Amino acid sequence: MLIQRPSDILPSEITPRARFEDRRRFLRDAGLLFAAGALGGALPSAEAATNAAPKLGPLTASPFSTSEEKTPYKAVTTYNNYYEFGTDKSDPAENAGRLATRPWTVRVEGFAGKPRTFDIDELLRLAPLEERIYRLRCVEGWSMVIPWVGFPLASLLKQVEPLGSAKYVEFVTLYDPKVMSRLPVLDWPYAEGLRLDEAMHPLTLLAMGLYGEVLPNQNGAPIRLVVPWKYGFKSAKSIVTIRLTDKQPATAWNKAAKHEYGFYSNVNPQVDHPRWSQATERRIGEFRKRPTLMFNGYAEQVASLYQGMDLRANF
Amino acid sequence: MMNMLQMPSRTQIAWIKAALFALCLLPALRLALGWHNDTLGANPIETITRASGDWTLRFLLITLCVTPLRRFTGLNWLLRLRRMLGLFAFAYGCAHLTTYVWLDQFFDWMAIAHDILKRPFITVGFAALVLMTPLALTSNAWSIRRLGGRKWQALHRSVYGIAILGVVHYWWLVKADVREPMLYAFALAWLLVLRAWWRELERRRQQAVPPPVPAYKGRVIRIVPTGK
Repeated sequence: MLIQRPSDILPSEITPRARFEDRRRFLRDAGLLFAAGALGGALPSAEAATNAAPKLGPLTASPFSTSEEKTPYKAVTTYNNYYEFGTDKSDPAENAGRLATRPWTVRVEGFAGKPRTFDIDELLRLAPLEERIYRLRCVEGWSMVIPWVGFPLASLLKQVEPLGSAKYVEFVTLYDPKVMSRLPVLDWPYAEGLRLDEAMHPLTLLAMGLYGEVLPNQNGAPIRLVVPWKYGFKSAKSIVTIRLTDKQPATAWNKAAKHEYGFYSNVNPQVDHPRWSQATERRIGEFRKRPTLMFNGYAEQVASLYQGMDLRANF
Repeated sequence: MMNMLQMPSRTQIAWIKAALFALCLLPALRLALGWHNDTLGANPIETITRASGDWTLRFLLITLCVTPLRRFTGLNWLLRLRRMLGLFAFAYGCAHLTTYVWLDQFFDWMAIAHDILKRPFITVGFAALVLMTPLALTSNAWSIRRLGGRKWQALHRSVYGIAILGVVHYWWLVKADVREPMLYAFALAWLLVLRAWWRELERRRQQAVPPPVPAYKGRVIRIVPTGK
């Protein structure tokens, strides 16, 4: 496989979260001071310091990582779509703290030679943890650059030995009405799916962390999928079951509005969402919109998966 | 005090208006401060777009509340605040459109034209704001005199249609959770049903009044020319 733009960034070279947050805080406080001066009065102080999540490591750098500027940790962890915890972007950060991520198991079953259940702590040691700095493009027209921590989904799937009859992979996520929304906004539990070759693709990541730390709950702790060439909603959060199937699984957003969210949902600037354009996106933290790239800029790696397919019909 | 509430003096009205004006500016001020202090979240442009849209719709509904409030409380002077509220709805609507054209699309006129023509939720939102423009332009005493009360009122009744377009605009842009647009829809429906009911009452009242029948009872005095 031809990999474009190999990156040689080591985790150690990445600005530690605390340090760049200090920079952000400095900038913000400078702004606050200025505003306070302009108003001639005091303004409320900045919010309390964030409680740091445990570190993950050691991490290896990945040639798949982009060298683009990363979206600040604060934005990545306060601007989320996780409808089980509320539909406002700020809701998951406020509500997902209720989710208990230990004990946690992931059942890998279906058309597999050796189906079994994995404990989350076993999963963390299953394969070498990598840092993968990926672009994330949301179907709503915004994007981020996130340094995920995890390993290829293929490493896990190989453990259960998929049968020849397995064609698709279904991801079922946690639905716990005790800590999550009881409103039938979507058909809970949230489920997603990939074709087996998509699931086995080296870019497809099982993520357990970001910014070198354990995944915050609002980002899909303790384990989530990251498929960087597809719209964000394909990357299911807080996974409890991974099922190998012979039929295309039903997926949450497709069930909610099937003419708006297709099974593939590959990032494609030429195929608009029926209600908004997908030609451009706003990178969080940037002012001007930027053009959206085919397959979110991963065409080099994944375009071959869809050769001969009508991507307009299979949106 | 009671007297002031029932019938405030000219000066008191002026003060009430000034206070209301300041109050109506608060949401805009909060956004401006938030933008300056970077407290509008990870996507400030989206926050401003949402907030200005929310406040357009809210001011439209508040404006439509004036008449019921006046009728229920008997405080007729409330009517004198309606114009300002309506103009604030328009102002927030303009801010909403400006945010979209400037901050969101950054004057990409092709993309904007495409959006207005192809995306139904933008089409109805844009239509609502266009339809609000003549109402804003005629929200002054001169226009009322110029048009005449009847015509002016007919024109300004289009605000009901505009409010419906506004709610539809919101409903169509939501991905799955329609609770909030539904709240606005219920509020608007109530305000419209109330008016329909009043109209019906008025119609019945007019029907109930017997038409003036020529009276034949009593003495009839004939006035006939008399020859001399």
